[in-house]
Amino acid sequence: MDSPTPGESVVEVRDLRYTISGRTIFDGLNLSVRRGAITAVMGPSGTGKTTLLRLLMGAVRPDSGVLSVFGKEPARLNRVGIYALRRRVGMLFQNGALMSDLDVFENVAFPLRAHTRLPEPLLRRLVLMKLQAVGLRGAAELDTSALSGGMARRVALARAIVMDPELLIYDEPFVGLDPISLGVILRLIQTLNATLGITSIVVTHDVEEISRIAHCSYLLANGKAAAAGSPAELRATAAPVVRQFMSGLPDGPVPFHVPAPDYREQLMQDP
Amino acid sequence: MSGNFHPLGNVLAKAGRVGLFFVRVLGQCVPALNYPRLLIAQIFNAGARSLIIIMLCGLFVGMVLALQGYDLLQRFGSESALGVAAALGLVRELGPVITALLFAGRAGTSLTSEIGLMRATDQLTAMEMMAVDPVRRVVVPRFLGGIIAMPLLTAIFDVIGIFGAQLIGVGLLRVESGSFWSQMQSAVQMRDVKEGLVKSVVFGVACSLVAVYEGFHAEPTAAGVGLATTRTVVISAVLTLLFDYLLTAAFLNS
Repeated sequence: MDSPTPGESVVEVRDLRYTISGRTIFDGLNLSVRRGAITAVMGPSGTGKTTLLRLLMGAVRPDSGVLSVFGKEPARLNRVGIYALRRRVGMLFQNGALMSDLDVFENVAFPLRAHTRLPEPLLRRLVLMKLQAVGLRGAAELDTSALSGGMARRVALARAIVMDPELLIYDEPFVGLDPISLGVILRLIQTLNATLGITSIVVTHDVEEISRIAHCSYLLANGKAAAAGSPAELRATAAPVVRQFMSGLPDGPVPFHVPAPDYREQLMQDP
Repeated sequence: MSGNFHPLGNVLAKAGRVGLFFVRVLGQCVPALNYPRLLIAQIFNAGARSLIIIMLCGLFVGMVLALQGYDLLQRFGSESALGVAAALGLVRELGPVITALLFAGRAGTSLTSEIGLMRATDQLTAMEMMAVDPVRRVVVPRFLGGIIAMPLLTAIFDVIGIFGAQLIGVGLLRVESGSFWSQMQSAVQMRDVKEGLVKSVVFGVACSLVAVYEGFHAEPTAAGVGLATTRTVVISAVLTLLFDYLLTAAFLNS
């Protein structure tokens, strides 16, 4: 896959530290996302991938270090500033997070109605165009409860791009999809990135899928970026935790067993 | 001794949190009026959908009042005051209180579980991420809808209740229809109606606030939403009866 011409970075993370209730999530994390690229953020469960997204969106604040989005630090912004920042960012949630009291059309129209005063005919055309882009123009009148998991995620994607964001964040976009829906989402991420020039961050643990489209990947482990580079470079990395993750080995630096008292002792013990 | 202290501290801490949330909700009330469609939908949800149960219960309460009232009044030979007794009891006391209790069970629980499930399915977080304040978009319309619906429901409860009392008092127990109505007309003052109205608005604020607070702060799990729904009913009922006592005392004093 060709890398886009290295442009300015949209997201910069330097020496980030973040702890929550005594547990260190990030300890010296460095990461940067180039404009126009698809950047994958991978890592075993519990390495703070979703926490990173919350930090990017200004939902939580880091303990120390620098985290900037479009050159602004969410941690230093007030509520108005954070909301202004969020309008430039689209986010696709793992389960879609569609509004259950609105139909498909109104879900996609939701950000437009909240932030713009577009005349109804124009709004309708915009929504239909975004639905067409994800192949669901025919489902505009459906209730969200009538959608399959894959369709719900595509509706959520249409909603995420309806404000024409500069940065699009995908939180685990491949989880729980059948191979066809997965292929559709994968192609959509790539198409949206290429045709609209949207910078994309994909948080996932599906190594195979994301390797096919990502320009750059980060692998998080132990609060740091354990490896960074193209998917091929990641595979060639010798660090044990990277090898375990990329090859899907059940045991390694991330142990198979949760720490427990001695097995024999516990079995022989009288309750 | 210290064991008794902690629950009180918890109650006070919770009251403080609800108070802060109340201020946040009030701050968003005016901007939320820009979306009249959302508000109307919620008045329909809380009001129109509670109508049947309110009317049915109003009818039964009125009928029981007539039976009990007649039994009591005839001992003093003043059955003709049945209309007054039923109307005053309903307008000042039973109407607002029972409507509020029914409202908590019917509309309050559905508000709590709806908002709680929105939290559990990330809908509220998604709104935050789309730079939409969920308090303005989700909480305030439901809160205001409840406050507007409560006095309307109370008025309907009162009217149906009086009709039920007349049904039994005049129709079954043969109280004279003329004195039933004329005594009611001369004895029930605007002051009494005002007392009922004030009570129903206060109960509306309390019950709606509890319902949206519990939903908004529900733990995002199945068990958490269930617990929050239960708390809504319990806290609403206790607050309703507490405020009822305070307001009654205040009105009798004035």
